[in-house]
Amino acid sequence: MTATVLFDLHQAALGYQGRTVLRDLQLQIRRGERVALLGQSGAGKTTLLRQLRTLAPDTVAWCPQSSGLVPMLSVFHNIFMGRLDQHSLFYNLLNLIRPLQKPREEIAALAAAVGLQPFLFTSVEKLSGGQQSRTALARALYQQRPVFIGDEPVSAVDEVQADQLLQQVCAQHETVVLALHDVELALRHCTRIIGLRNGVIELDQPVAECSATDLRRLYGAD
Amino acid sequence: MALTETLPRNSSATAMVRTSLLFLLAALLCLPWADLAVSTLDPWGELGRLGWGLLTPSAPSFTTLLEALANTLAFALQGVVLGAIGGFVLALFYRHTAVRTFAAFVRAIHELFWALLFVQLAGLSPLAGVLAIAIPYAGTFAKIYGELFEEVDPAAADALPRTAGRLSRFFYTVLPPAWPHMVTYTRYRLECGIRSSAVLGFIGLPTVGFHLETALKQGLYSEAAALFYALVLVIVTLHGWMRRRLLPLYVIAALVWLPPVAQVNWALVWQFFSVDIVPAPLRQGAGAEALWQWLLILGSKQIIPGLTNTLALGLLALIATSAVTLLTFPLISRLFGNLATRGSGHVFLVLMRSAPEYLLAFVGLLLWGPSMLPAIVALGLHNGAIIAHLVGHYSNELQLREDAVRGVNRYFFEVLPRIFRTFMAFTLYRFEILLRESAILGILGIPTLGFFIDSAFTEFRFDRAVLLLLVTALLNMLVDAIARHLRRRLQLSTHPEDL
Repeated sequence: MTATVLFDLHQAALGYQGRTVLRDLQLQIRRGERVALLGQSGAGKTTLLRQLRTLAPDTVAWCPQSSGLVPMLSVFHNIFMGRLDQHSLFYNLLNLIRPLQKPREEIAALAAAVGLQPFLFTSVEKLSGGQQSRTALARALYQQRPVFIGDEPVSAVDEVQADQLLQQVCAQHETVVLALHDVELALRHCTRIIGLRNGVIELDQPVAECSATDLRRLYGAD
Repeated sequence: MALTETLPRNSSATAMVRTSLLFLLAALLCLPWADLAVSTLDPWGELGRLGWGLLTPSAPSFTTLLEALANTLAFALQGVVLGAIGGFVLALFYRHTAVRTFAAFVRAIHELFWALLFVQLAGLSPLAGVLAIAIPYAGTFAKIYGELFEEVDPAAADALPRTAGRLSRFFYTVLPPAWPHMVTYTRYRLECGIRSSAVLGFIGLPTVGFHLETALKQGLYSEAAALFYALVLVIVTLHGWMRRRLLPLYVIAALVWLPPVAQVNWALVWQFFSVDIVPAPLRQGAGAEALWQWLLILGSKQIIPGLTNTLALGLLALIATSAVTLLTFPLISRLFGNLATRGSGHVFLVLMRSAPEYLLAFVGLLLWGPSMLPAIVALGLHNGAIIAHLVGHYSNELQLREDAVRGVNRYFFEVLPRIFRTFMAFTLYRFEILLRESAILGILGIPTLGFFIDSAFTEFRFDRAVLLLLVTALLNMLVDAIARHLRRRLQLSTHPEDL
């Protein structure tokens, strides 16, 4: 293993809103890894992801659990927002008023890939929950960053679509860290499983070495 | 890949933007008719003196100041309480169209117009001032209370025995849930009442406005500033001193301080209604032909120009209000700036919110001379500050995602689309108020309907005055109806108690 270490966490305690969520955190994530975070809700997945993002905010494409979409703007605009930091204000405002040819084509292609093309100019508040979460995912994809961090990015879409979307995420990003609630998806798309339980890392193994018993332990009773 | 041009456009943002652009276009069409000239010789010098006065307030005399404030509060308290009682009674029968129309009519006439009318009948008396506030406020209270009663969940009332009386049913199942909203709204209206009462001073009643007008006309800006700050202080601290248990005490004090009485000459009142307001041709016994001529002349010389100017001023003021709102709400929003910018933003908005439009327009008139400009600026600043305050607070509730952009990008992409619906709802709601105020600012010399009404009163042509008042009322009722329709069509809901 010689790949560069992207994230190096050594933290006695990690909290959220003044409450300690994770303890004794020793974690390294290298370039090229595809990591799945598993664990019951409340186990600290979101806290960990948030911490990873703050370590390298400019290289991470971030797909939060609460989508943070602007409801009255169209799918196009919500996806376009992924790259607001890369253009001049003038260019951004121009696209807000009237989408220009180039971003329109780029975003139309991306929207087609996540199955949203017919709704490109529809307000996201008029879309279903699954369509909205796909918009949020497309916004993160549009950022075109080397690292993708997603907090349950496919929880609101059906199984087949989830597979396709994750495939795309993995194809487009060198390094991927995902919080998932679906163990099957984690095993299929990731290379490494990190399991959180009771505020500590209970499990950290390559996918190939994960046994069903290990995984069951994560979700078992105390 | 399919051409993106053929994709359906179904964006709620576009619909809102389109409506806004229509208003903007209508306002631009008004521009050629709007007189925006500056006619004073040294507007910047005057502004400098005004600014210096605002920085160096000095009270005329402490007793004058206190007396003016006491009078202002006495008029406001009596007027608002009487209005609230009247409005409550009307609200009980709010489902009757006649009551609704009556309420709409009395609130469509501005309190200053009512004051002009009552001053004719009862002189510059406390009674005239109290009634001038109470009557239009009763119309507003009737509407708000009535709507609050309608919104109460009928489940509780349905569960009662069928034989329970209508009033018992009301007091047990409707009033309790509506009560907290009524209290909030009534308190807000008391704030408006203090402003109205202050403005009544400009037509001669002994409130803060009376001394403000004198000081401003003489260029005593430091004195005017002291009076203004005192008024702002009273309004800003309202939540502190207006306690529910103290209200009866305040009302009694107000009644003792300024008993609402007047020397009414009933013979004159009788003459006012039986002779003075009868159109001149009829009074002189001329026929229908003469009446028609009278109407035609009045229509072409006063009603049409007055209506056009009122509408033009209202629309331009709406645009000014929107501009002020959109520029200033970020000043108090947690999503922008820092503690210092937010602090100064709050101070600015509070000052502009507490200053009555009429006072701002009066100051603008001193700076720029009589044209629509002072009126537009005054209406824009006051109403814009009110809406900016509400929109700013609304924006503080927004949850942006953690990697949201900052600065101007944040304003246009994350915040503006999210606040726009609320902003439009408030602005449309405010449009009715803007038109009422546009009409009234005519008293200051801008040729809106108020200008002709005021002239008619000073020339003792009460027949004209009353007819013009009716036209003004009809215009406001019409706009009220249109705005309500628009709000419904755009699915904008506002809680009236917010405004």
